[in-house]
Amino acid sequence: MHGKALPYLLLMPATLFLCIFFLYPFVLVAFEAVTRDGAFTLDNFRTMAGGWKFPVTVRNTLLLAAIVVPIQLVMALLMASVVSRLETGRSAALYVFAIPLGISDLAAGLIWLAIFDQSGFLNTLLSSLGVVDKPIMFLGYQSKLTIFIAVALAEIWRATAIMMVILVAGMGLIPKEYYEAAEVFGASPWQRFLRITLPLLRPSLQTAIILRVILAFEVFAVVAALGGTNLPVLMGETYNWQFTLQDRNVAAASALLILAISIGFTLFFLRVLRVPKEARI
Amino acid sequence: MAEIAIKGVAKRFGGFTALHQVDLTIADQEFMVLLGASGCGKTTLLRIVAGLETPSQGEVWIGGRRVDHLPPRERGIAMVFQNYAVFPHLTVFENIAFGLRMKKLPQADVERRVTRTAELMHIEQLLKRYSGQLSGGQRQRVAVARALAMEPDVILMDEPLSNLDALLRLEMRAELKGVLAASKTTTIYVTHDQVEAMSLADRIAVMHQGRIVQAASPVEVYRNPAARFVGSFIGNPPMNFIPATKAANGDWTVAGLTLPGPKSDKQRIEFAIRPEDVDAGSEGLHATVRVIEPLGPHTLVTCDVEGGLFRAILDSSASVQVGDRLRLAPKPDRIRWFDPETTNAL
Repeated sequence: MHGKALPYLLLMPATLFLCIFFLYPFVLVAFEAVTRDGAFTLDNFRTMAGGWKFPVTVRNTLLLAAIVVPIQLVMALLMASVVSRLETGRSAALYVFAIPLGISDLAAGLIWLAIFDQSGFLNTLLSSLGVVDKPIMFLGYQSKLTIFIAVALAEIWRATAIMMVILVAGMGLIPKEYYEAAEVFGASPWQRFLRITLPLLRPSLQTAIILRVILAFEVFAVVAALGGTNLPVLMGETYNWQFTLQDRNVAAASALLILAISIGFTLFFLRVLRVPKEARI
Repeated sequence: MAEIAIKGVAKRFGGFTALHQVDLTIADQEFMVLLGASGCGKTTLLRIVAGLETPSQGEVWIGGRRVDHLPPRERGIAMVFQNYAVFPHLTVFENIAFGLRMKKLPQADVERRVTRTAELMHIEQLLKRYSGQLSGGQRQRVAVARALAMEPDVILMDEPLSNLDALLRLEMRAELKGVLAASKTTTIYVTHDQVEAMSLADRIAVMHQGRIVQAASPVEVYRNPAARFVGSFIGNPPMNFIPATKAANGDWTVAGLTLPGPKSDKQRIEFAIRPEDVDAGSEGLHATVRVIEPLGPHTLVTCDVEGGLFRAILDSSASVQVGDRLRLAPKPDRIRWFDPETTNAL
């Protein structure tokens, strides 16, 4: 067998699998988004954008991503720095930090619902401490801000670890000698973080941010559990079009919009956090 | 003025003792080489002076100031690392400027100093490049320039030439010596290469198993090894050692030869001579030639003397054959004696 063909041959099963179970349905969805009753049309997008909830869902989704991702990034960097510096118990700390990763997003939403619910842990605690005399409706339809905060908290709790794991791996790739050189040449711990860790961590930061941003635009189950319809997001609307309003074509258009936003941000971060070839480790 | 004083420094890693009570004083502007085989503690000692390692006990003084509790950046040092540690995400200019930026020097000063040291190291045409676009030798130059740009009192070098190929190493060696002498800094230079040590050092500190065995000028270390280890480690080929037994009148018998030697109550000591310090003639040690290696200017002859290996460097005009029986006369003023128990010179 020709040596050069072998790698491609080995990739064939996976490629076929992706084509059949991903590319083909994707083409079908894309086709549904731009047709109605077999004719090409952009009406589905117009219907989607014309819905009264649409501006709110876009705003909520973007706002949630804009608040949650930066907070997660900072926390993940902090946690990764701490974990990387540990000499003993490093994997134990990593496992503890990574526990939320093992929980599905709906389960995560339910856990936080159990905390914020009218008869939940938080109310029980507050009333037993005598802070409140009757339970507070944290997640009622009038308290949109509290719902938003609860969703943000749940998202941060649930998905910071995935960023941290990527960053810990990236930090492990930075040779110790760079830190020692920086230390000898006068850099304080904070300056070493800014001038050595961050720039050399760029490839991992890129991966972590892109992954997390895509997940942020797909937020659904946590919002559904904590906010119901009080905090509409893009993915929730897609679900509504498909199952409540029974309009597959608009649902497909909505799904394509989420994809477009994800691709847009991915390209943006690929560009912004690009490391020139000559400047790699 | 930056005299370095290392006082009673010891370092233990768990149960392993890397350094035992090391004392060493390095004069202002002196070029001190720490020489030893790998694992002898020389790099650990350098890293303790740098502040990258904390001593388990003892004190480090630089320029009359006790520094062992200070972080590296407050010690007035610069360092060249074995793998250069040239930052990959910064240009050569920014690499050299790194320490100056940390000191918050005005931009004009930074530019002046970077340009000057880059010219000194002949890398002024590389200032806009990244580390990934440089050869090993060029990276080495950047690392040295980065250290010199700091105008430090002390430069520490950890095997800086060991990753270069032989020819480049020779070239950089001579260049380093010139540049460092002109910079008037105190230098500590770690190496396992004795030729490098001999050619660069004002003084060599020979280290063995976490101790400094001898600290003296290169010629002194070569001619008058303070211990058997120094004689066997320095010199290529190394010193020859032959057991000596006490004879009458305080003389010593060495391979059938009676020689005047040191006064000692011991019955057995060791005779030592460098390979180039013997002459083939009609008198001397009985030797049987085993291997002959002509090296051009001279010929290396490996012989049997008293059942042990003995190397002699003879003039290349000497006609010897394998199997020949030679008499090798040691030059009297070059003979050294060692105590076999303490291994110290007598």
